[in-house]
Amino acid sequence: MATSATSTRARVAATLKRRHRSEFLFRAFGLAAIALSLLALATLFIDIVWRARTAFVQTTITLEVFLDESIIDPEGKRDPAELRRSDTQTPIRAALRERFPEVTNQGQRRELYALLSGSAPFLLASRLVREPELIGQRIKVDLLASDDVDMLMKGHISRDLPPEQRQINDRQIGWVDAMVAAGEVRQPFNAGFFTRGDSRDPTTAGVLGAIVGSALTLLVTLALSFPLAIAAAVYLEEFAPDNRWTYLIEININNLAAVPSIVFGLLGLAVFLNFFGLPRSAPLVGGMVLSLMTLPVIIIAARAAIAAVPPSIREAAMGVGASPVQVVFHHVVPLALPGILTGTIIGMARALGETAPLLMIGMVAFIVDTPKGFTDAASVLPVQIFLWADSPERAFVERTAAATLVLLGFLVVMNATAVYLRRRFEVRY
Amino acid sequence: MRTMSVADRTRSGVIAEFPDAAAGTAAKPAAFETRELSVFYGKKQALKGINLDIDKGEVTALIGPSGCGKSTYIRCLNRMNDPIPGCRIEGKVLLDGMDVYAADIDPVELRARVGMVFQKPNPFPKSVWENVAYGPRIHGLAATRAELNDIVERSLQRAALFDEVKDRLQEPGTSLSGGQQQRLCIARALAVDPDVILMDEPCSALDPIATAKIEELIDELSGNYTIVIVTHSMQQAARVSDMTAFFHLGDLVETGPTDTIFTTPRDERTEGYITGRFG
Ligand SMILES: Nc1ncnc2c1ncn2[C@@H]1O[C@H](COP(=O)(O)OP(=O)(O)OP(=O)(O)O)[C@@H](O)[C@H]1O
Ligand SMILES: [Mg+2]
Repeated sequence: MATSATSTRARVAATLKRRHRSEFLFRAFGLAAIALSLLALATLFIDIVWRARTAFVQTTITLEVFLDESIIDPEGKRDPAELRRSDTQTPIRAALRERFPEVTNQGQRRELYALLSGSAPFLLASRLVREPELIGQRIKVDLLASDDVDMLMKGHISRDLPPEQRQINDRQIGWVDAMVAAGEVRQPFNAGFFTRGDSRDPTTAGVLGAIVGSALTLLVTLALSFPLAIAAAVYLEEFAPDNRWTYLIEININNLAAVPSIVFGLLGLAVFLNFFGLPRSAPLVGGMVLSLMTLPVIIIAARAAIAAVPPSIREAAMGVGASPVQVVFHHVVPLALPGILTGTIIGMARALGETAPLLMIGMVAFIVDTPKGFTDAASVLPVQIFLWADSPERAFVERTAAATLVLLGFLVVMNATAVYLRRRFEVRY
Repeated sequence: MRTMSVADRTRSGVIAEFPDAAAGTAAKPAAFETRELSVFYGKKQALKGINLDIDKGEVTALIGPSGCGKSTYIRCLNRMNDPIPGCRIEGKVLLDGMDVYAADIDPVELRARVGMVFQKPNPFPKSVWENVAYGPRIHGLAATRAELNDIVERSLQRAALFDEVKDRLQEPGTSLSGGQQQRLCIARALAVDPDVILMDEPCSALDPIATAKIEELIDELSGNYTIVIVTHSMQQAARVSDMTAFFHLGDLVETGPTDTIFTTPRDERTEGYITGRFG
């Protein structure tokens, strides 16, 4: 008896060393994997932030402009619609000539005018619509510099390059330097990036249109897929008879979750646009297409959450005489809600980052105006990123990165919401 | 069907055809009458033609070895087996002469009349108050909040729990001790004012002191309610019940007054089980 006991212990001891080693190896592998993925993530994130950082300031040039009434508003009516179209370019150019009186040559003057963004007169005109009392005065105005000056100031255009390889020549650099020395060049926070829509001119291109487009599209997606998915999940999990049809539907839902998203885009094009004649590029259609994609994701998550509700709770409710629908909606769904919400937000986050199906239904158009409704033409954040990444101007590079950062910010907010909601609705039982 | 008490034998043959006439002839009015009740889970037969009467206002204990079909039987009485896939029921279950499995019977209404307490305490993950108020609320038993408060308080008092929880009515029911949770579940069942309370091993998850409290409670409730209790404890059956039914492998072996079953069992299987020779 004693000998067999000691030999058993010896054998256990012998295997123990091997077990400890394999455990150590397993842990080391796990740690290495986590470290690697964190490193990749950090690299990606730092790279984007680094590229995007300069997009959050914008170079302006301060000029003393005489807002000559005889040019801007010769009839003196101060009509906003007229003011918006008024000639603010002439006073701005006059101010530039005044600032650099030594420039008299026609060609050099054109180079001088090119220091300012082509959008500067429009911005001044819309300021005059808001503050018509400025007309007739001589005031200092901050005017948007051109994208080349902006890039030069941000160091994205090297002064060491041979002049023929850069967008800005030595004479222009001389003027910019003179104004920098005089404190007339500033780099304030680029609020316009968040308050303006897309533009061909990188200095005035903003993400507001895309943000609103994304929000409207996701709203449609949520409104369509959340109730539908809960209804489908509850029915399949609680009420569906156990037969071949149910089985077939279950299999198909699981398969739908794995369908490439562009297929849903093609479906949207064929059915929603061509058959039902819904408007192109509209958040309504975008949301419908995306809900096709998120529905199976939410259904699967909701079914898992519903199945995880302990049967004792159902029995308790049934035992006091709750009807099947009461059992489900008073007890099962509230208890499954954290899981359902998590699944929903994962689905919505996927929808937020989706580009391919939206290209198919025309949400890739160049849209300047911020959409005001579900049927207005709109763009969404990932498509906006795609469009800017495709633009040749150097100034769009930083904006592409900044828009990506905005998109990531939204994802972080959505995930934080998911965590919060899960905590909020979690119940112990 | 093999062994039945004399009382059962005299009743059984007649009642299937003339339930109303039979009710008068019985010594005590029966709350439940089961006639040739068979239950199948898929192909497996869990109950084999049970004929058993459950007397009104009495405590009936169901005993028998594990897997003999006690839970299956008790769950037939308020149709809790309905949602189990593949579960098939043959025979008749009559509650006050009314066929429980008839097409026009609403199981929701039935379960309001026949409450149930489960093996593991299963309060809703809501407040103590909400737990008790849930039943009356869905059945519309209270017109005002004050009435509902009344029902909750009365039910908790009848479940001998009120004094312990009167200051914690808004705390979650799951924060109570196991024994308190089980009494909360009893209060929840009492709140819808049932005629019958079914208890499937209500004390198996409790310590002796909590068990004693529940047994005391069963004692107090008997008379006003018909109680059916499944138990694995012979002592418990002997202490709380008026009638005892012994199940074995899906058969009802023997039924009768608890004293008789425990002192002079007729069937040797009953004797073997209650003396602890097999089980
Ligand atoms: N949902 C089910 N599906 C299939 N078979 C079942 C199901 N529930 C019970 N059974 C079977 O029916 C028989 C009776 O089970 P039941 O639960 O009624 O026994 P019991 O007497 O309550 O046992 P215990 O004392 O262990 O609770 C058992 O053989 C069991 O395996
Ligand atoms: Mg049981």
